[in-house]
Order: sequence, then C-alpha cells, then structure tokens
Amino acid sequence: MNPQLNYALLLPEIVLTVWGILVMVIEPLLPQRSTQKGLGIFAFIGTLAAIAASLWQTTIPAGTGWFDMIRVDEFSIFFHVLICCISAVVILASFEYLDSQQIRGGEYYGLILFGTVGMVLMSSAVELVLIFIALEISSISTYVLAGFRRRVATSAESSIKYFLLGSFATAFFLYGVALMFGATGSTSIYIIASVLQSGQTAGTGAPLLSHGLAYVAVALMFVGIGFKVASAPFHIWTPDVYEGAPAPVVALMSTGPKAAAFAVLLRILFGAALNTGSGWFWLVWISAALSMTLGNLGALLQTNVKRMLAYSSIAHAGYLLVAFAARRDIGIAAAIFYAASYAAMNVGAFAVVSHFARSGERYVSITDYSGLGKRSPVLAITLTIFMLSLIGIPATGGFFAKFYVFNAALKSDLVWLTIIGLVNSAVAAYYYLRLVVVMYMYEPQTGEGKLELRTAPGMAAALVITAALTIWLGVAPGRVLDYARRGADHLRPAAQQQSSFRSPASGYPQDVRIPQHQAGDR
Amino acid sequence: MVPLSWYLTLGAILFAIGVAAFLVKRNIITIFMSIELMLNAVNLTFVAFANHWHQVSGQVFVFFVMVVAAAEAAVGLAIIIAVFRTRETLNVDQVNLLKL
Repeated sequence: MNPQLNYALLLPEIVLTVWGILVMVIEPLLPQRSTQKGLGIFAFIGTLAAIAASLWQTTIPAGTGWFDMIRVDEFSIFFHVLICCISAVVILASFEYLDSQQIRGGEYYGLILFGTVGMVLMSSAVELVLIFIALEISSISTYVLAGFRRRVATSAESSIKYFLLGSFATAFFLYGVALMFGATGSTSIYIIASVLQSGQTAGTGAPLLSHGLAYVAVALMFVGIGFKVASAPFHIWTPDVYEGAPAPVVALMSTGPKAAAFAVLLRILFGAALNTGSGWFWLVWISAALSMTLGNLGALLQTNVKRMLAYSSIAHAGYLLVAFAARRDIGIAAAIFYAASYAAMNVGAFAVVSHFARSGERYVSITDYSGLGKRSPVLAITLTIFMLSLIGIPATGGFFAKFYVFNAALKSDLVWLTIIGLVNSAVAAYYYLRLVVVMYMYEPQTGEGKLELRTAPGMAAALVITAALTIWLGVAPGRVLDYARRGADHLRPAAQQQSSFRSPASGYPQDVRIPQHQAGDR
Repeated sequence: MVPLSWYLTLGAILFAIGVAAFLVKRNIITIFMSIELMLNAVNLTFVAFANHWHQVSGQVFVFFVMVVAAAEAAVGLAIIIAVFRTRETLNVDQVNLLKL
C-alpha cells in the first residue's frame, strides 16, 4: 500500500460519511409517518463513533499524509472532537423538534453528518484547495439545512440568503487561493510559508512572483472566512439566516462551521502567511473591533430571541478575533479555548430556544419568554446559565474564555482593542440580562401551560450536557486549556516538525526547511 | 505569445463584473449566474498561473472548482424553486420577510 494513503488520518471523516449514507439508506425502509427518533439515535451513535475515532487518533503519531494535504496533530484532533461533540448535541436536540415540525429525518440527519465531515476535514486540511472543498461540503449541507422547513416562507428565504451570500463569499476565498497559488506556485500551506519566507519558490528556485499578490490573496481569503465566522463587515446575512432557519440547525451553524472556519483561519494566518508578518494584523484588528461593536449594538435593538442571539454570535466572533490579533504564543491557545467554550454555551442557548419555540416556531420573541421561570423552572435555569456564560460571569465557561482572550490582548499591548472589548462586554450584559429579567420577573403571557422537559428526553440530555460543559469550563478550565495550548504548540512549530516532507506530484525537493518563527516578532 | 498579465487582467475584470452583477441585479437566477461568472474568472486565473509555473496542479484545480460549482448549482436551483413556491416571485426585493 502506498504509505501516502494513510486511512487512519481520515478515520473520523470516513466514519461520518459511512454513517451519513447508512442513515439515508435506512430511512426509506422505516414505516411512513412514524417517529424519527430511532433514526436520530442511530445518527447520534455515528457522531459518538466519530468522537471515538478522533480520540483514537491521539494514539497515532502526528503527521501528514495524502500527499501533504491532511495533517493530524493535537490541533486538528481538538477541533475534530469539538465539532463532533457539537453535532452530537445538535442531533440530540433535534429529536423532538423533527417530530413537532414534521420533518423527515433521513435527509436531515444525513446532511448534519455530511456537513460535519466537511467541518472536520476543514480542521485537518493543510492544502488550500482541499480547504476550499471541505468548506463547500460543510456550506452546501448547511444551505440545505437552513431551508428545511421548506413550506415556510421564512425558512426558504433564510436558505436562499445564506446560499447566495455564502457562494459569493466562497468565490472570494477561491480567488484568494488562486492568487496565492500564482504568487508562490503552490497551494500547500507549509510550502507557501517557506516561499514567503525565502522569497524563492521551492522547486525551481524561481523568485516569488510578487509579495503584493500574496497580501491581496490573504485579504481575499479573509473575506471568505470572515463570512463563514460572521465577523463584521461580512455579517449582514447572520440575523436574517438565523431567524428563518430551524432552531437546532442554527445551533449547529452558529458553532460548528464557525469553529472549523476559525481553525482554517489559524492555519492560514499562523501557518502560511506567518511571514507576511503584520500584513494582516490591521485587517484582523479592524474586523474584531467592528464585529464586537456592531454585534452588540445590533443585539440591543432586537425583539426576536433568535435575531438577538445572531447578533451576539457576531459579537463573539469579534472577541475571538481579538485573540488572533494578540501575540501568537498566547493568542492561539486563547482562541482555541474560546471556540470550545462558545460552542458549549451557544448550542445550549439555541437548544432552549428550539424547545421553547414549539411547533411552527411560534414563540421566539423576547416577550414570549415572560414567566418562563414559573412555567418551567428547569428550562429557565439552564437558559440563565447560558446567558450568564455569554456575558462572561465567573464560574461559567464564558468568563475564562473572555479572560484568556483579553489577557492575551493586554500582554500583546493591544490596549485599545482590550478597552473596546471590555466596554462591549458591559453593553452585552444588558441584553442578555434583559432576557433573564423577563423570564423571572414578568407574568406569563402566551397562555400555554407548563413546559414539560420530561416529554423530551433528547432535548433534556442535550441541555444537561451543554450546561454541564459550560459550568465545567468555568470551574475547571485547566484541562481544556491545556489541550488548547498543546494544540497551539502543534500549530506553531508545525513548520519545523515538517522539515522534511515529500510532494512527489509536483517535484518539490525532498527537504524544504522552514525556519521556526519567533514569537511576537510584530 | 500572450503575456501572463493579460490573462490575469481579464480574470480580474470578469471577477469584478461578477461582483458588480451580484450587487446590482435583482433576479435571483441572474444573481446566481454572476456567482458562476466569478468562479469561472477564478478558473481562468488558475489556468494562467498553471501555465506560468509549468504545473499541472493549477489545471487540476479547475476541475475541482467545476465540480463544486455543479454541486452548488444543483442545491441552489432547488432552493430557488423552494423560494418560488412559497413567494411566487424571484425578485430579491420582494423576498423580504426577514428584516431588521
């Protein structure tokens, strides 16, 4: 067997793909109009198997394969596990939702699994064209998922908006890839890094075509990724799409593709473009400041909970980008940790929204939440936990996430960005707390009776998992932070570990040395 | 021989036309076509650079882009049909239920 074709490196992707196909094959065999829960449990087992496969990958040595297109190290494994966990919880939270909305489960669970394949692949790809394809696998699945309540006009509208703007942004990303290929003669992140460093292409020794071209390429790729993570000024689509899409799908697409896109951004900015140095620094700085400000100001005005959370997710993308602007030795770990803790709390928040919305997503405005503290104390308490975590109150995951990010920013002398971020956190507290106040201090208005969580075991499990993770990250963040640091370490000297690798297809020399980048050279 | 910069300029102009059409046009299908134009401008750039670097890989990427564009077209047209069924229009200005 060709040693390049190392299937172990692709194991989670293979498991998820096979499971997705199985789900779609089994679905027509089930009786019509029956509950889709069995299928959901089957899909859930698939994500568990993928988590197991990712964990198993820690036992194999870190390395690249598939002609230097895939790299599995602690960085990618961290994101594999994170993304598979997100999908698992989203599937749990979808059981009752599918029955109440009368959505067929085969395509739904299949698409979630296929989308997860794309996201997982994004986090382990180290070749720009493969990253593009993985991005498209995850995007196309989420375009369809967004329109899953297809007889409802808002859902179809959200899907078309997501699709058109998403493809538009992807075209920018692809143009960036083409220009990077043109500037350096390669699309492999490590070779690009060495070419940008030495100014010579690896194979022929021909000079780098143009540094300007590489800058433009990074900027264009940033546009594409910026869209996926919903950072300003590429955030316009977010509220509309989140409002119209089914709530469990929003839980997925506000966290999974975002985490994967941030992984790609880390790889591109710190892996490939590292030697263009400060070229992208102001890009990230401005985008971070804009996202935080516009996201929080926008959220203040909202009356719909899904729109409010959409703006909050823009703001959180901004906080995360602050870590990108920080020094690489502390910034990367902070960013990875933020992605994990944001995923836990945001999936949880959208799970509550999806449970509370009921069939047809009727109850999604903030006033509908009044009196929830009396009608369903458990649901209200879990939502409060997520809101407090999104604010960043101590003893929740959100606190340490923000703490590490702003700590990293301060240590990198990003005083203004830190000030903007902290002011924004204070503003954000207003609209998160407003929801809590409405739940506990207002009288019920909707006329519906008590909300029983007991009738929805899948949702209950999803809420328990996300709430437990949110609190765990807030009480004992050490373990996850440790993993994040080790992942960051892998990202940093990856170039050095990579000192000899082959690229038989294109005739690069066997030994492309890439000097280790010094921390904080900006 | 046609110099590299001509191809790149043509690619950039086509891409810019695609962006402009995306922003200006009001019919969903036309907007979708302008995205395809942008992707094809990228394809042209890829091929031009592949020729410049004497690498086949740049030409292979074009096939990948085509496959992805085809997948996008399949999904996109399905979504457009779903929109048309619910709204009876393909004008983006009238697809406006979700607004601030």
